[in-house]
Amino acid sequence: MKKSVILGAATIAGLAAGAAVAGTVDDVKARGKLNCGVTTGLVGFAAPDANGEWQGFDVSLCRAVAAAVLGDANAVEFVPTTGKTRFTALASGEIDMLARNTTWTFSRDVDLKFEFTGVNYYDGQGFMVPKALGVSSAKELDGATVCIQTGTTTELNLADFFRSNNISYEPVPIETNAEAQQQYLAGACDVYTTDASGLAATRATFEAPDEHVLLPEIISKEPLGPLVRHGDHEWGDVVRWTLNALVSAEELGVTSANIDELSAGTENPEINRLLGTEGTLGEMLGLDADWAAKAIKAGGNYGEVFAKNIGEETPIGLARGLNAQWTEGGLLYSPPFR
Amino acid sequence: MSDVSFVRTEMLPEQAPPASEVGLIGWAKHNLFSGWFNSILTLVSLYAIWYVLSGVLPWTFQSVWNANSLTECREIMMATWGSTHGHACWAVINDRWLQLLFGFYPSHLYWRPILALVLLLVALAPVLYSDRVPSKLLIFTAIYPFLMPFLMWGGTIWGPISAALGFVIGWGVYSALSKQLSELIGMIGSAVAALIWWLLLSSYFVGALDSILPIGIEAVQSRQFGGFMLAILLGVVAIGVSLPIGVVLALGRQSDLLIVKYMCVGFIEFIRGVPLITLLFVASLLLNLFLPPGTNFDIILRVMIMMTLFSAAYMAEVIRGGLAALPRGQYEGADSLGLNYWQAQRLIIMPQALKISIPGIVSTFIGIFKDTVLVSIIGLFDVLGLANAIRADTAWNGIYWELFAFIGALFFVVCFSMSRYSMYLERKLQTGHR
Repeated sequence: MKKSVILGAATIAGLAAGAAVAGTVDDVKARGKLNCGVTTGLVGFAAPDANGEWQGFDVSLCRAVAAAVLGDANAVEFVPTTGKTRFTALASGEIDMLARNTTWTFSRDVDLKFEFTGVNYYDGQGFMVPKALGVSSAKELDGATVCIQTGTTTELNLADFFRSNNISYEPVPIETNAEAQQQYLAGACDVYTTDASGLAATRATFEAPDEHVLLPEIISKEPLGPLVRHGDHEWGDVVRWTLNALVSAEELGVTSANIDELSAGTENPEINRLLGTEGTLGEMLGLDADWAAKAIKAGGNYGEVFAKNIGEETPIGLARGLNAQWTEGGLLYSPPFR
Repeated sequence: MSDVSFVRTEMLPEQAPPASEVGLIGWAKHNLFSGWFNSILTLVSLYAIWYVLSGVLPWTFQSVWNANSLTECREIMMATWGSTHGHACWAVINDRWLQLLFGFYPSHLYWRPILALVLLLVALAPVLYSDRVPSKLLIFTAIYPFLMPFLMWGGTIWGPISAALGFVIGWGVYSALSKQLSELIGMIGSAVAALIWWLLLSSYFVGALDSILPIGIEAVQSRQFGGFMLAILLGVVAIGVSLPIGVVLALGRQSDLLIVKYMCVGFIEFIRGVPLITLLFVASLLLNLFLPPGTNFDIILRVMIMMTLFSAAYMAEVIRGGLAALPRGQYEGADSLGLNYWQAQRLIIMPQALKISIPGIVSTFIGIFKDTVLVSIIGLFDVLGLANAIRADTAWNGIYWELFAFIGALFFVVCFSMSRYSMYLERKLQTGHR
């Protein structure tokens, strides 16, 4: 009893101290490093290479934010987080932002007191089956055994989908993606279901990828995005507009190849505002005028980052799909830089 | 009567034993085929061994060592053997073994953990092989706990020196107070003085001396620790610190002092009642929330403390088992010699109790060493966490057995050595009481 009182008092003291500290932007500048939470390893999204350098789609966003705030894409301390530790790490201030393929949901945004600053990847839950099964739609999967990661939203989505289509399935619970690959290849289940990007990455590792197909049905919305703590709106703005800058850069045709040329000034006022040769957008954010130019230089615009890490040229080979620009039928739509 | 004798007077010449009774055949006949049931068992076992080896050996040795990705590995296998099944792709180990061993430790500083490991063996030698190594080396053993963090984390040399000074201050206070007042007051006073030094004064001391005389080596962040090095680091600290704490707890549990006794019982039962993984989550998550933001309480230090407390609770019970196994007469004998409590413990009780507990103690050691892989669950890149991270690289996604086989081999070497050492120690301390 007494202990819990002490712990409670310590918590309140901690929270009060948390409210009193300066904004995250100033913290990051003072520290000279961005603490960015990433996964402990997800193909294409975040993984350390042989030299210990982090690479991946989510990692690129961390680097872009670091470049925008600090001017150095390598001034990032990557903090690997697991599905269980990620939210506490963010809430406790151990990390400044979380870029860990986290689905934007109501309860995470509202109840957990986080602020999603945008969507950097529109994912959705899909199905993979061996071609030999002769199935062309998920609705034909009546009675199938399904490998499914326990304790995730995918498990609930699956139950919903099968119930609403009035068909039955038998779940084979598994713990990790690695285990799922082995079980699926060993024939312990007919179907493997997880996020479509994960399925594509998994299929790419098979010895004979052609013998497996992804079914056309996508049964859930999984908008993955970076998030920050509630209440620090200046910092939230920095992360949000860094992501928007990468998206806008692709829309406006600004790439890492031509950015130096365009930074000298162009005919297009929006490009000029984005790259800081016109207007005071950087100042409004509390950053340098060329903040967005630095962010884009860090790894290229959204399209370049996508192509380099998970695009069709990589072994993962994801098509842009929903993640194309709105002008090309996708969902990427950055508010204007004005 | 004739003097024909029916008793042979000379020995027959010795004959060689029948071929079926000696050598390999004789051994096999006696040990493997001594009856129809044993013969069947032997054949079944031989088949089982052959079955396993026929799969494992070609997999292990007909393997690819040089490739840049799993796909390349498979291409080489197809080109060489015409099939990708039953061949290991050790190229992943070839590519990443340094990372699996050292984590993200800066590569130009690898000599530091290696030196720390070599010095660890030197520091352990006088403890482990007390009969063969000069006991003067024990001085180095005492220095090692301060030298090791300096080598691993780097930074200013004044940090470890100030930590060591805390012990010196504690000892000084103890010897001053215990002579003038009582021994108990001396112990309490020394603990308080040392804590005051560590918590309040030492940071000023380090800061001041560092500004006057900045001696130090390149600092390494805890985040960069990883791989098998992290397992060894956590294991060595947990093992080394939990043994003395365990002894104290075991004695405390048997103590006549009521408060001491129930504090020890409470601690042991609480820690043993909670899974290690829960303690690790407390270390990584709860402490983060309780401590004010900005406090930099090193994550590896937190994990070390939790693992040490965990193994100390188990150690205490193992040692209590040894104490309970001692005949009452040993205690009475110690009393009748006029030894006080600590003398009796040091000279008579503990040497025997620890000897009895060796198998249990070493089991606990091995257990806690293997438990260090649990830290991958809280996001530390130990060797198992790194295996996952390596699989997340597009080049190596889809590779399993090779990584796990390598990790298993690493752990086997260490755990098997510990186990063999404990058997050596048991033989050495065997005094023929059984």
